Amino acid sequence: MEKRKMLTGNYAAAHGARLARVEVVPVYPITPQTHIMEKMAAFVESGELDAEFVPVESEHSAMAVAIAAQATGARTFTASSSQGLVYMHENLFVASGLRLPVVMAMVNRTIGAPTTICPDLSDSLDQRDTGWIQIYTESAQEAHDMIIQAYRVGEDERVLLPVGICFEGMIISHYMEPVEILDQGKVDRFLPPYRPEHVVLDPDRPMSVHQLVLDDSYYTEYKYQQQVAMEEAKGVIQEVDEAFGETFGRRYGGLISTEMMEDAEVALLTLGSMAPTARAVVSQLREEEDMPIGLVKLRAFRPFPDEELKESLSNLKAVAVLERDVSIGAGGIVYLELAHCLGKKHDSPLLTNYIMGLGGRDVTFEEIKDTALNLFEERDAEVMTNPIRWYQVRGLS
Amino acid sequence: MRNLADTLSRSEIFRSGHALCPGCPGGMIFRWITKALGKDSILSMGATCLALPTGIYPSSVEIPSIYIAMAPAPAAVSGISAAIKVLKRKGRIREDRKINVFAISGDGSSGDIGMASLSGAAERDDDGIYFCFDNEAYMNTGIQRSGLTPQFSWTTSTLKGKVEKKKDLPRIMAAHDIPYVATVSVGYPEDFISKIEKARDMGPGFKYFHIHAPCPTGWRFPESKTIEVARLAVETGFWTLYEVDHGSTRITYQPPKLRPVMDYLQLQGRFEGLSDGNVRELQRGIHEKWEHQITLTPE
Repeated sequence: MEKRKMLTGNYAAAHGARLARVEVVPVYPITPQTHIMEKMAAFVESGELDAEFVPVESEHSAMAVAIAAQATGARTFTASSSQGLVYMHENLFVASGLRLPVVMAMVNRTIGAPTTICPDLSDSLDQRDTGWIQIYTESAQEAHDMIIQAYRVGEDERVLLPVGICFEGMIISHYMEPVEILDQGKVDRFLPPYRPEHVVLDPDRPMSVHQLVLDDSYYTEYKYQQQVAMEEAKGVIQEVDEAFGETFGRRYGGLISTEMMEDAEVALLTLGSMAPTARAVVSQLREEEDMPIGLVKLRAFRPFPDEELKESLSNLKAVAVLERDVSIGAGGIVYLELAHCLGKKHDSPLLTNYIMGLGGRDVTFEEIKDTALNLFEERDAEVMTNPIRWYQVRGLS
Repeated sequence: MRNLADTLSRSEIFRSGHALCPGCPGGMIFRWITKALGKDSILSMGATCLALPTGIYPSSVEIPSIYIAMAPAPAAVSGISAAIKVLKRKGRIREDRKINVFAISGDGSSGDIGMASLSGAAERDDDGIYFCFDNEAYMNTGIQRSGLTPQFSWTTSTLKGKVEKKKDLPRIMAAHDIPYVATVSVGYPEDFISKIEKARDMGPGFKYFHIHAPCPTGWRFPESKTIEVARLAVETGFWTLYEVDHGSTRITYQPPKLRPVMDYLQLQGRFEGLSDGNVRELQRGIHEKWEHQITLTPE
């Protein structure tokens, strides 16, 4: 039976990992992820989860233990944030290069300096080239459900890639929400056990995992296969979301979710915890002002849903990308990818980018409404002037 | 003395065709380790010259192995043995099957970049045997100094000789209070192999081996002299063969009389530029170390 409980995002994610029957759990503490570590340790100690908990001495080792355990045939789970994610960076490439479907809760937090323990998405977005699937979630429930979906996506033989389930520290990790904890029997039917054939350290079938591919041997082909797997993952994420809906009665839309897009002329595009606020803004403008605006929530950042975004956005006049991250010297990371994906065709919508909420600064209903109203003012412009906008920087007029 | 030919497994797990340099002791060492541990083993390979036999297709070693990155060979031991433990509980690996998890990594990867990983796996006492293949510099990248390069040694990053002393990694590992620490040398195979067998037959826990591995390429001596150099290191007291078995230290080979350190140094081009003062300093260091080691031995 499903159970409804008041849970933080961190505990919801930990319950997701427990229900996925993860077998090796190497974690190193870091705020705001630490409650996941504590909860997993408690599950293992109490016997609620039959797993080995490995209290590693660093995030670098956390990922190495996960890689080695997954390569030995165990389903693994870890969690990290911020400096920790950056510290394990080189091993993230190894997990995906060896095609090991490790799953990690990436609890978003800024990267110093300056240091804060508050959220933005720069830490996980910074891992975008490591070959990990990345899914962004907006609530404790979505984090819980997606940890379970992540294993089915990553372990699918068409994919075999590691998966990060991302949610913002403090905002989602620490606030309590009612969460429906899924039923173990149903999860077991939804998620078959991990029985790898492609990479496994088995003395009866010795293989040397991770060799040199010097000179002009097969490095290109290895990378190409990862790219193909990422492309395949687009369909698999969609399929798994549908199957999840059939089993549990809840769907998220797969790569992106679009809301109130019928006859929309403009749209807000965001991800993570800003999505619910943006949704409230869009529905107020729709219902009270009858304004033609919609919402696109980006769920998968890797693989990047270029086709889906083109399809939902190309007939619009203007789109504002609201994001809690920045690539210094360029702009919002999601905006940059979206601009690349939409290109400069004559029917492409005008794009603006609001860099807001950095370092956990609160992003309010009124502020998002302000960006939406700007869209209506600017929707008929020839070109969008000054598209990359640092929203309300103190000390600037 | 035991006759290795009669007691050691005749099956060859380490095969020819590896990519090691001529005269490299690594081939012999790899062969002994795999003979002593057998086919029911899983290897975590670190950054070391010994990664070449498994790292170039096809592998020369007939056991499963994984390489992750420069530092985390010890963490991979933890991951493999954690997985084996849980898979045994769940019946996916037979409970009574003993799989030897072991790691091989270099002096730089063990004692410099991977020190935290090594210390972490030892402190957790995760199950496995760790071999540090100490050829006393970063040899794969072309002979740069490591924390384990001996004092006064030439490397391509210490052209006038290394100023600092060698990091004493086996003593650091012994301070972790792990079940077993052993120093070994390619010049003393009986001592080496008996220690592996001892570690293999102990209960679960982290066991550490420190292998003194003369490198003709980096130490600048003829490739036919590897064993001679290895033996002189021990006969001069430059390298000591001992073990720390559950806290009790024992010197496992005592040279009848320490030979002058010059006998060891003069064979190697890396010590060519040493002054008489440098040699005296090394000799004094050996005597001090040796007296300290004698007091550690109960007999």
